[in-house]
Amino acid sequence: MRRWFRDSAHLIRPALVLMAALVVFLAIRTAIVPKAFGQYGHYRPGALDLVRQHPIAFAGQDACLMCHDDEAKARAAGKHAHVACEACHGPLAQHADDPSAHVPKLPEVANLCRRCHEQDAAKPHNFPQVITAEHSGGAACNDCHKPHNPHL
Amino acid sequence: MIPGVDGFMYPNEVELQWSVLIVLYPYITGLVAGAFILASLERVFKVEAVRPTYRLALLTALAFLLVAPLPLQLHLGHPERSFEMYLTPHTSSAMAMFGFVYLWYLTVVLLLEIWLEYRAEIVQLAQSTAGPKGWIYRLLTLGSYNISPAARRMDDKVGYAVTVIGIPSAFLLHGYVGFIFGSVKANPWWSTPLMPIVFLFSAMVSGIAAVMVLYVVSMKLRRTPIDMRCLDTIARYLFYTFVIDFTLEMLDLVHRTYESDESFRSLDFMVHTRLWGSQVILQIFLGTLVPLLLLAANQLFRFPEGRRKAMYMTAGALVLVGIFAMRWNVVIGGQLFSKSFLGYTTYKMALGTREGLLPAILLFLLPFAIFLVLVELLPPWQEGKAHEA
Ligand code: HEC
Ligand code: HEC
Ligand code: HEC
Ligand code: HEC
Repeated sequence: MRRWFRDSAHLIRPALVLMAALVVFLAIRTAIVPKAFGQYGHYRPGALDLVRQHPIAFAGQDACLMCHDDEAKARAAGKHAHVACEACHGPLAQHADDPSAHVPKLPEVANLCRRCHEQDAAKPHNFPQVITAEHSGGAACNDCHKPHNPHL
Repeated sequence: MIPGVDGFMYPNEVELQWSVLIVLYPYITGLVAGAFILASLERVFKVEAVRPTYRLALLTALAFLLVAPLPLQLHLGHPERSFEMYLTPHTSSAMAMFGFVYLWYLTVVLLLEIWLEYRAEIVQLAQSTAGPKGWIYRLLTLGSYNISPAARRMDDKVGYAVTVIGIPSAFLLHGYVGFIFGSVKANPWWSTPLMPIVFLFSAMVSGIAAVMVLYVVSMKLRRTPIDMRCLDTIARYLFYTFVIDFTLEMLDLVHRTYESDESFRSLDFMVHTRLWGSQVILQIFLGTLVPLLLLAANQLFRFPEGRRKAMYMTAGALVLVGIFAMRWNVVIGGQLFSKSFLGYTTYKMALGTREGLLPAILLFLLPFAIFLVLVELLPPWQEGKAHEA
């Protein structure tokens, strides 16, 4: 029995090396993984605060409606009723906070309408789409359509 | 029209996300698994004839295993974050789970088996080598100089057990790589439960071929006569595994053709156009049928030694190219067609970029460099004392 131990004792060594590596790994893991990891899900709860710190870019259209009654009415009457103001105008939270300090640039119509209405086989076929180059013959879309209520 | 695109592609399909590096990754992993299976042939299945390649196969497996994750690292925008996979693994991530299979295989199977196999030499070299190289050997002894016959018998027993555990581990290692593709249910070119098995057998084929070629080349370089009994045996096992591999791939093909689901016409068209060169010519004809015929001919007829060597080497080289083509066709082919089944895109391989051809070539050469270092450190040649152990 003693001899058996002596001749297999060397096998303990790789096992010890493995154990040591495992301990180092676990130590690194405890040191690096944030404390409350997994509290709400498979992520770091602190990430929520970080995300919350991002400045708000979009005001949301309820804000726009408070001041821009005309556009609101025009839009509500047409097919763009469910297209949010900022989908065309871009993020305008700063403007909504202080309208005179941040006067927004108007959208560039030449590219704006195309973004949603250019013909593409991947779109649902009942979505209104045109081959813009053929459809407008180079004229700006808002020569004929009013952006807030696009029906002629 | 976007150059390189025929028909209709969804916007996110135009550009390929998985590049030549992702082709390299299953290829290299496959060589590891295959080489290890060849080593286990001697150890567990007692095929004594392949003894001269036992150590060679182990070192090949290690050299390639060390490089296997690197193509993935280069593919990542933030390679340093891949470590988080180990820190906070998610059970729904196949990749994270694989990280552990990889570590298990590297440490518990391969390193341990190599250590046990080489212990006698390591101890002798630790006592006879001076300088930094001597330190390395002394470190590798892990402080134990007991190489009495009884201790070596013990090593042999444990080594046997490790190999027995190693076989399913090697299967897992490569089966998983197939799983990564086979489980992508959105992609009909990949999504089949046969994928892990096909990957596994093609891995064995490529690994055995690689060790065979490496054996002949290193014998040539060392001007040592080749053990023909060994070479014949390897070629025979290469033939066996290849037949199984080929059958599985044909089974997959017949199944797809017979089932002819909604993707079939589109994929069939792709194979006849964009993949014609790499799939039909390279993979099936040159990479499979020709080497199979060469190997089969050797089972039926007895050729003179020189002719046999040439046939085996041709078959081995063709197999290595063919299996690479197979990985290419799976990875790249799976991204060339549109999920709408109405269009096809083109893979444009860059040269010097992070995921270009150049890094791919360098990454493929790296295992050979590691192999040379390993061979220098732990000589695998045992002519003359082949049957001593
Ligand atoms: C607090 C009231 C207020 C809110 C909220 C507000 N605006 Fe305004 N907006 C104004 C005023 C006032 C002006 C005129 C500024 C000027 O010309 O100096 C203006 C100007 C604009 C203009 C430029 C008009 C032009 O002729 O150049 C656009 C476009 C606009 N707003 C869009 C929006 C959108 C979209 C929202 C919602 C995100 C919004 N506004 C929210 C008050 C508001
Ligand atoms: C479909 C895109 C679209 C939507 C949705 C939209 N707008 Fe506009 N809006 C435009 C365009 C384009 C112009 C610029 C017209 C021009 O250059 O003549 C404009 C101009 C304006 C102007 C400047 C005055 C004017 O009429 O020229 C204001 C103010 C405005 N929009 C507010 C709003 C508000 C508030 C909403 C949400 C209720 C809204 N818009 C929704 C496209 C849109
Ligand atoms: C953010 C996407 C978006 C943008 C940008 C946009 N639209 Fe629309 N458009 C829509 C949606 C959504 C509808 C409603 C589709 C429906 O009802 O099925 C619509 C409907 C229309 C219609 C159909 C009206 C009808 O009576 O059938 C016209 C015309 C139109 N838009 C013109 C324009 C013009 C001109 C512009 C540029 C100023 C524009 N759209 C920009 C989303 C957009
Ligand atoms: C010369 C005037 C004119 C111009 C410029 C013009 N349109 Fe029109 N558009 C029309 C007419 C007329 C209709 C058909 C009447 C309708 O359905 O409202 C129409 C219809 C549409 C429709 C609805 C198609 C459908 O299938 O329901 C869309 C979308 C549209 N236009 C987008 C655009 C866009 C985008 C531009 C800018 C590139 C543009 N239009 C420029 C006159 C014009």
